[in-house]
Amino acid sequence: MISSTEEEIPNITSDAAKSSSLSGLLKPGGKNLGDFIFENTTRLFAFLVLSLVLLMAYEMFTKSLPSINRFGWSFISSSTWDPVHDQFGALPFIFGTLFSSLIGLMIALPLSVGIAIFLSELCPQWLEHPVSLLVELLAAIPSIVYGLFGIFVMTPWLRDTVEPFLGDHLGFIPLFTGPPYGFGMLAAGLILSLMILPIIASISRDVMKAIPGSLREAAFALGATKWEAIKIVLSGSKSGILGATLLGLGRAVGETMAVTMVIGNRPSISFSLFDPGHTMASVLANEFTEATSELYTSSLIEIALLLFILTIVLNAAARFIVWSVTKKYQAEY
Amino acid sequence: MENIVKNNIRFILMCFVLSFSSLTFAQMKLNGAGATFPYVIYSKWFDVYHQKTGVQFNYQSIGSGGGIKQVIEGTVDFGASDAPMSNDQINQVKNKQGSDILHIPTVMGAVVVTYNLPQIKNNLKLTAEVLSGIYLGQITKWNDSRITSINPGTNLPNKAIFVAHRSDGSGTTNIFSGYLSKVSDAWKSKVGQGTSVNWPAGLGGKGNEGVAGLIKQTEGSIGYVELAYAVQNKLPYATLKNKAGSFVEPTFDNVSAAASGYIKNMPDDLRVEITNADGKNSYPICGFTWLLITKNMKDKNKAKAIVDFLKWSMSEGQKYAKDLYYAPLPKEVVMLVEKKISTIALK
Repeated sequence: MISSTEEEIPNITSDAAKSSSLSGLLKPGGKNLGDFIFENTTRLFAFLVLSLVLLMAYEMFTKSLPSINRFGWSFISSSTWDPVHDQFGALPFIFGTLFSSLIGLMIALPLSVGIAIFLSELCPQWLEHPVSLLVELLAAIPSIVYGLFGIFVMTPWLRDTVEPFLGDHLGFIPLFTGPPYGFGMLAAGLILSLMILPIIASISRDVMKAIPGSLREAAFALGATKWEAIKIVLSGSKSGILGATLLGLGRAVGETMAVTMVIGNRPSISFSLFDPGHTMASVLANEFTEATSELYTSSLIEIALLLFILTIVLNAAARFIVWSVTKKYQAEY
Repeated sequence: MENIVKNNIRFILMCFVLSFSSLTFAQMKLNGAGATFPYVIYSKWFDVYHQKTGVQFNYQSIGSGGGIKQVIEGTVDFGASDAPMSNDQINQVKNKQGSDILHIPTVMGAVVVTYNLPQIKNNLKLTAEVLSGIYLGQITKWNDSRITSINPGTNLPNKAIFVAHRSDGSGTTNIFSGYLSKVSDAWKSKVGQGTSVNWPAGLGGKGNEGVAGLIKQTEGSIGYVELAYAVQNKLPYATLKNKAGSFVEPTFDNVSAAASGYIKNMPDDLRVEITNADGKNSYPICGFTWLLITKNMKDKNKAKAIVDFLKWSMSEGQKYAKDLYYAPLPKEVVMLVEKKISTIALK
C-alpha cells in the first residue's frame, strides 16, 4: 500500500524508469555466485512471508471446520451469539466492525486531508516540521492509552454533553436515537478516528508534497487563486489519499483494545450511534481465553478467519482503486 | 585485616555451597496452568513453599478454560479452574491420560453486586427476584415497586437502571449466571449459566476493571465484580437476601459460612457450586476455586510433591487467604479436602 502511494506520481515514475535503465546498463552480463546467493536468499525471505500468510489461512480454516459444518452460511447471517446453548452467528460483530470503522473514517478523512493541505501547501516553513512531527506522534501512542482516554475523558463528555445535545436537536434521525450511555458506536468511531488520523494525514501530506512544484507555479502563472492551485494538487494526489484512507480503514478494522473499552460490547445490530455494539476483534479478545467447548472455540476462529478475509478484501479493493485512478490520471495527462 | 578478608571469603564460599545444595534440592519443578482469579494467592503460596522446601512451581494464569484444555492434553502437572470440569471433560482426560481427575478446592471467592447511586452509599438491599429481574431487563427503573418495597426509607430515584456485566469470558460470570439460574427459572430457560452468556440487557466491560469503569462513569448503574476487587477498590456493595431469608453482606466470614452451609449437600468429588447455600449467614453468590490434580500421575515423585504441597496449603496456606482478599475454606471443608488428597496415588 505504501509503495503504491509512491507509484502513482507520474514525474517520479519517469525518473525512476530512467535510473533503472541506467542501472541495467551498468549490470555485468554474467551471473556471479554472490549475486546468485543474494538473489535466492532474498527470494526465500519473500516467500517466507507469503507462506506464513498461507499457513495462517490454512490453520484458521481447518480449526473453524466444526463451526463451518454446523452453521454453514447462517454463521454470517445469524445474529444470535449464545455460548451457553452453542448458537453462534457473527452478523452483529461484522456489522459492528464495519459500522464503527466507517464512522471513524467519516470523521478522520476530512480532518486529515485538511491537515495534509495545511502542512504541504499553506503552512509556514518553521511550523511545518513540529506540527507534522506531532501528528505522526499520535500514531505512536499505544491503543490502551487511547482506550483509557476514551473511558475517562471521552465517554463522560459524550454522555453528558454531546449525545443529549444531538438527541434533542437531531433525534428525528435514526442515527441519534436511544438513551445516551456514552459508551457505544459513537465513542468507538471517535476513538478510531483519532487513531487513524495520523496515518491518513501524514501519508496524504507526503503524497501532496511529491506533486512537483512546477504544477503549482504553472497554476499561479495562469492566475489561479491559492484554492484553485490546491484543487489541482488535490486532483493529482487523489489516488494517494485514497490509498492512505484505505490503509487507515485497515487499521480501524483490526483495532481491538481501545474499541472494546468504549463500544459497550453488546452483540446487537443498531444504526443508532448511541447504541452499544461489538466488533470482531473485540469478541476475539474478550472470549477466546475462556472458550471451552469445541464449537465455541471454532466459532471464534471462524470469526478470526472472516476478519482475515475482510482485511484482505479491503486491501485488494484499495489496490484496485489506487491502480484504476492512477491509470485514469495517467491517461488524462 | 587479613582475617576479615579470609572470613569474608569463607562466608562467600559457604553461601555458594549452601545455595548449590539448595539447587540440588530444587530439581523438582511442577508446571501448572489455569484460572486467573486465584493467581495472587497461588503465586504467594508457590513462593513461600519454594523457599521452605525448594519445590519449584511454574504457574501460567491463562484462564480456566485454557487450564482445563491443558489438563486434557496432559501438557501440565496440574490445572486450575474456577468452574468444575464437565463429565464430558473428565471422560476426555480418562481416555487420553488414563486417570481420574480430582477437584481440590483451595480458597473461595465471591461475586459482589455493586452500583452507583449517590443517595445510597452502602445499604442497598436486593433479593434474588429483583436481581434476576434487573438482569433480565424486566425491572428497568430504580423506583420500581419491587425494589422500593425491600428498601423502605431509602429514596430511590426515578432513573433508568444501567446494567453492566463482564464482556470477557470469566469464572465470575460463571458463578453469577449460575446463581441466577438457580434462583430464577426464567433466567435458566432464557439465558443459562456459562463463562460468557447471551445477556438480555446491559453493556459489557472487559475484566473487573472494565465493569467497575462502566459503573463509576454512570449514575444509576449496577454491575457485579469479584469480592477481592470490590474490597480493594472500596466499591459500594449491595446486601443480598439469602436462602434463609436474611440480608447478608459480602464478607469473608459470610462467604466461608456458605461453604459450611453446603456441607450436607457436598458431593463426594467436591465438584459443587455453592451458590444460594443454606445457613443464616451464608452469602449467596460465591464459589470454590479448584486445583485439578491427576489421581494417577505417571511420575510418582511429582505426585508426592503435589500431595505435600496440597497438605501444606490446607493448613498453613489458608492463613494467607484473608490478607490477599480470598475467603479461607471452613474447617469442615478442609477435612473433606484432606481426605480427598489422601486418595492421590503415591505408588
